[in-house]
Amino acid sequence: MQFTINGSSHSVDCDVRTSLLDLLRDHLGLTGTKKGCDQGACGACTVLVDGERINSCLALAVQYQTRSIITIEGIGSPGNLHPLQRAFIECDGFQCGYCTSGQICSALGMAGELKRGVPSACTADVRAREIEFNSDEIRERLSGNLCRCGAYNGIVQAVQQTFAQTPP
Amino acid sequence: MNVFSYERAADPATAIKLFARGHNPKYLAGGTNLVDLMREDIEQPGTIIDVSGISQAIELRADGALLLGAGAKNTAVASHWDVRERFPMLAQAIVNGASAQIRNMATVGGNLLQRTRCYYFYDSAARCNKRARGSGCDALEGFNRIHAILGTSSHCIATHPSDMCVALAALDAIVHVEGSNGPRQLRLTDLHRLPGDAPDVETELAADELITAVEIPPLPDAARSVYRKVRDRASYAFALVSVAAVIELDERDKVRTARLALGGVAHKPWRAQLAEKALQGASATEESFRQAAEAELELAVGHAHNAFKIDLAKRVIVDTLQELTRRPGEES
Repeated sequence: MQFTINGSSHSVDCDVRTSLLDLLRDHLGLTGTKKGCDQGACGACTVLVDGERINSCLALAVQYQTRSIITIEGIGSPGNLHPLQRAFIECDGFQCGYCTSGQICSALGMAGELKRGVPSACTADVRAREIEFNSDEIRERLSGNLCRCGAYNGIVQAVQQTFAQTPP
Repeated sequence: MNVFSYERAADPATAIKLFARGHNPKYLAGGTNLVDLMREDIEQPGTIIDVSGISQAIELRADGALLLGAGAKNTAVASHWDVRERFPMLAQAIVNGASAQIRNMATVGGNLLQRTRCYYFYDSAARCNKRARGSGCDALEGFNRIHAILGTSSHCIATHPSDMCVALAALDAIVHVEGSNGPRQLRLTDLHRLPGDAPDVETELAADELITAVEIPPLPDAARSVYRKVRDRASYAFALVSVAAVIELDERDKVRTARLALGGVAHKPWRAQLAEKALQGASATEESFRQAAEAELELAVGHAHNAFKIDLAKRVIVDTLQELTRRPGEES
């Protein structure tokens, strides 16, 4: 199977049952993406596909061969962090860090959704052209990412300050 | 997960042909439910036919009806301006379901055909007539907080988990399907079955029939609508009770049209026909809304942990109808 991950092409010989998550971790060594629940409930496995966030644990890799996949490894590097990664450090947006790569991919996907005007369950009027960027919207839109350490306040603050400086 | 072969279909005719020669075949779209069920060995297809690319179109027809391609993603539907402006209740229902990640994967067709989230259905150590007909139902005496109160049987009290389908039920949606016997259409409210003595048979579709689109007829200009969901946590949880309501009043504040559907209460999206009948021509008052809710829930049956849903459903119906018929400036 052929994949495009973080801008590079990969040819992988794998079982058709392989999830996108297992492809990344077990076949390509991209272990930044985490396996939490493996059933779409926790969001630790969130990656971006053509800019949209998905749960890679619920995705059969075979369905994603022609798509552009971005994982946390394609977002920043230790010497060159993404502004959102710096904000997570500044705001204490994690303790153990296990959910963090999923939180960051999810927040980047969320920023794209806000830019496109996608409504959420706390958008007062789904017909409104402008969506307010506030902490209620962030909490609702990131509800698919659990943090068992409970670093939510730091996460919301990091997301809010990053995209307040560069509005989504 | 059992071994399966994977094929991708570019159009319904190809999908149906591949289905005919498949081994215990299954259509796959977004995968958010089927992949999970396969991992639990609850679904064990020998052939997977990927239909996710078949129709992602969202199209407003000249007659005002909206056509949602079966492959359209939940997020695409909820974001589409024709949906948001003409059928805001549908956008509300979709964004009240699942998480953003799942809405980016899940499709219209898959949403309709998703299976129950009953814990005992998922637990292979439990008895479940839906998984193995005749084995019994552990939900009846078990932890049944999320289970059904309407249309249940002694064989199954599972619910249909969709939010989107509840809105579609109230919107009189039509499901377009295609199979080896050709294309046909059926009402969304006729798609899903009540459990009876065969809870494993969940829809009226033939095995090889593929959902190709969902059609929503236009709403009257003066109709107001809303989707209201009550759940155990503020986000990313299935409904305990949800209400999709469309109401249109005449010039004397009498109900001209009322369409109500309930979620979280039955094995299918529950069109509240008894309440609708009670509302027809009634004054738009709290009292008539209460009578309508009572009429609908009269035959409801609660179990040890979900009897609260009967009262909750009544109250959510009344409150939702009051919200929809409140004049601007009136106190809530």
